[in-house]
Amino acid sequence: MAMDPLLNDVLSRVDDYRQKLTALREIILANTVMCGEIPSPTFREERLVRFLADRFTENDLQNIGTDEAGNAVAMLPGTEGKNNILLAAHTDKVWEEGVDHSVTVSGDRLVGTGVADNALGVATMVGLPDILSKLGIKLKNNLILLGTSRSMGRGDLGGLRFFLENSQRQPAAAVCLEGVQLGRLSYSSLGMERGELVVESHEERSNAGWGSTGAIVTMNRVVRQILEIRTPEEPKTTIILGSIVAGSAFNTPPQRATLRFEIRSEAPGMVSEISEQIQDIVHQVNAEHQITAHYSVVARRKPGTIGFNHPYTAAARNIMEALDVKPKVAPSISELSALLDRGIPSLTLGLTYGDNKHEVNEMIYIEPIFRGLAQLVALLEVIDGDLQDEQ
Amino acid sequence: MSSSNIEKWLETNTFHHGQFWDLLSLVREKERKGLKISLCIPTLNEEKTIGKEIVIFKSELMDRYPLVDEFAVIDSGSDDKTQEVAAAFGADVYFSGDILPNQGFKRGKGENLWKAIHQLEGDIVCYVDADIKNIHPRFVYGLVAPLIYNDDMHYVKAFYDRPMAFSGGIRPSGGGRVTEILVRPLFSLFFPELTSLIQPLSGEYAVRREVLQEIPFPIGYGVETSHIIDVYMKRGLEAFAQTDLDQRVHRNQTTLSLGKMSFGILQSFLNRMEAYDMVDKLPEMSNLFRQFQAEGNRYEQVVKEIIEEERPPMETIPEYREKFGLPPLS
Repeated sequence: MAMDPLLNDVLSRVDDYRQKLTALREIILANTVMCGEIPSPTFREERLVRFLADRFTENDLQNIGTDEAGNAVAMLPGTEGKNNILLAAHTDKVWEEGVDHSVTVSGDRLVGTGVADNALGVATMVGLPDILSKLGIKLKNNLILLGTSRSMGRGDLGGLRFFLENSQRQPAAAVCLEGVQLGRLSYSSLGMERGELVVESHEERSNAGWGSTGAIVTMNRVVRQILEIRTPEEPKTTIILGSIVAGSAFNTPPQRATLRFEIRSEAPGMVSEISEQIQDIVHQVNAEHQITAHYSVVARRKPGTIGFNHPYTAAARNIMEALDVKPKVAPSISELSALLDRGIPSLTLGLTYGDNKHEVNEMIYIEPIFRGLAQLVALLEVIDGDLQDEQ
Repeated sequence: MSSSNIEKWLETNTFHHGQFWDLLSLVREKERKGLKISLCIPTLNEEKTIGKEIVIFKSELMDRYPLVDEFAVIDSGSDDKTQEVAAAFGADVYFSGDILPNQGFKRGKGENLWKAIHQLEGDIVCYVDADIKNIHPRFVYGLVAPLIYNDDMHYVKAFYDRPMAFSGGIRPSGGGRVTEILVRPLFSLFFPELTSLIQPLSGEYAVRREVLQEIPFPIGYGVETSHIIDVYMKRGLEAFAQTDLDQRVHRNQTTLSLGKMSFGILQSFLNRMEAYDMVDKLPEMSNLFRQFQAEGNRYEQVVKEIIEEERPPMETIPEYREKFGLPPLS
């Protein structure tokens, strides 16, 4: 693989890219503002997808479309077009439609719901044709731009999975974009299972009140038992308790309690092992009088990796260092896993620094965006050259 | 002046921004006619919203589609970071007092709009307020497009007519509180045709230079009202057009500050009456009050006859005088 000369070449240009791209500041920020201000909760992303398709059209891309899974897709043809490189950014946000989506642009930052997750990622994806043309770069391979729908939570990567299962143009490599944090380098995905556990108490209504225990007490016991499950430190494995919902009054024990959690592990098989132990706890509860428990799996992923020493990982680290960005290696549980599952070498990158992710004052810094963009272009050039050599 | 004239005008001179979505064609038409377009944002302490306006307008209306040729922020001396933020995003920022220094400096939005005519060079000047939270390119192209396509239109006003929640069918429409309580009744009485403007006070409008240079500018709240009367007296209703820009999100004003605003508007209104020699020669006052309702994108006036009839003092009534033992009037 003749990557080193190309990589060196790219590294020598990357800071120049950063400088040149500052001329696109208004275009990038305007795209980010507009992508941020269109509400797009998971499963209701149509308006943002429509906006992306319009932008693709304005940039004269090919094969523009929205598919039945709600993705927005377009292709920037390569000069030779032998392979396809996928650039993906998820279109859904964690915010419901009724929430104020307005974005504020002040001197050094953008503030607003969803600017980091994932307005900037989407804006960069859709702005890539402008970015490449500003730098005078023409890729040899086709670049597929994909706004992936139904990614988060219960969406469970629905859009990306649909695309990978049904697209005529299978990617030979992929890059996924997240707004924050610059330096993020994900080349592996964790095994993961997201579950919802519901406890219901069937005590007679008339008894509710004095002496009745309700679902909270049972749920409390379930939680204690889950916490007693032994998880190995190496390979890294954790159970994250994410949400617990029960009751609404001071003095009425609720009949129902819901727990949401996620099991993550770097080790193959470990997630299923823990999941079985949790199901044993559920069976135990069900054996009790007047109480039922039910466990459902919301999402599941297999662990995967391209490896720390994969040429793409190595190139990404070198590019970041050339831009004075400290690489932060972290496994992913999102888009990357669907790609690695299918053996597509892929990385996830962050684009700038920011803060307050998933809070109303979610914020990203403007200046580091240009390093984030330069890093992305450089990596795409490396991947492009590498795929060409493989022919 | 007649209702049918108003209806006709509403039909031909009222637009929705969606009609002008094709920016490429709009830019071509602008270039074909050799028009230059200037955008002016008057500011006073708008650091929270100004950055976004500049970024959006510059990206979409200069870089992507070259509709706007020049773009200036004219500031009345903000003491927050308005000027700094605006300059950081590449806008030309002027302190109003530095333009035409020999004419002195008055603090007020109208001053900035007036100085813009001298500072900017466009054939069409588009004014957009800086306090809009949901800024979008339509706030500019929706207003300049009617002027680019129609040579006989001179002054295009924005109106906003998308309520947050509405169940369908016919809905009441119109402007803000000051429009509906003060301006629309005044126009209904004295300039009934001007009631066709759904939001005469909106701060977003595009105007041809030849019109801007021939009218005076009140410095404060009355600038929009005064413009409308002057343009109407010189060029008639045909010179106007209006575009529906959907929703505009901005901060809400207290009743007290609306009172201040109304006082300023009333001053300007009476000034114009004086200028046109109408103060002691009031025209016959109309009894018809004109409001709006809308169905989809169709607007129609709802005309109500409101006659404030009057009774004389009781002591002039013979029956009364007789009953209470007053001597009969001769």
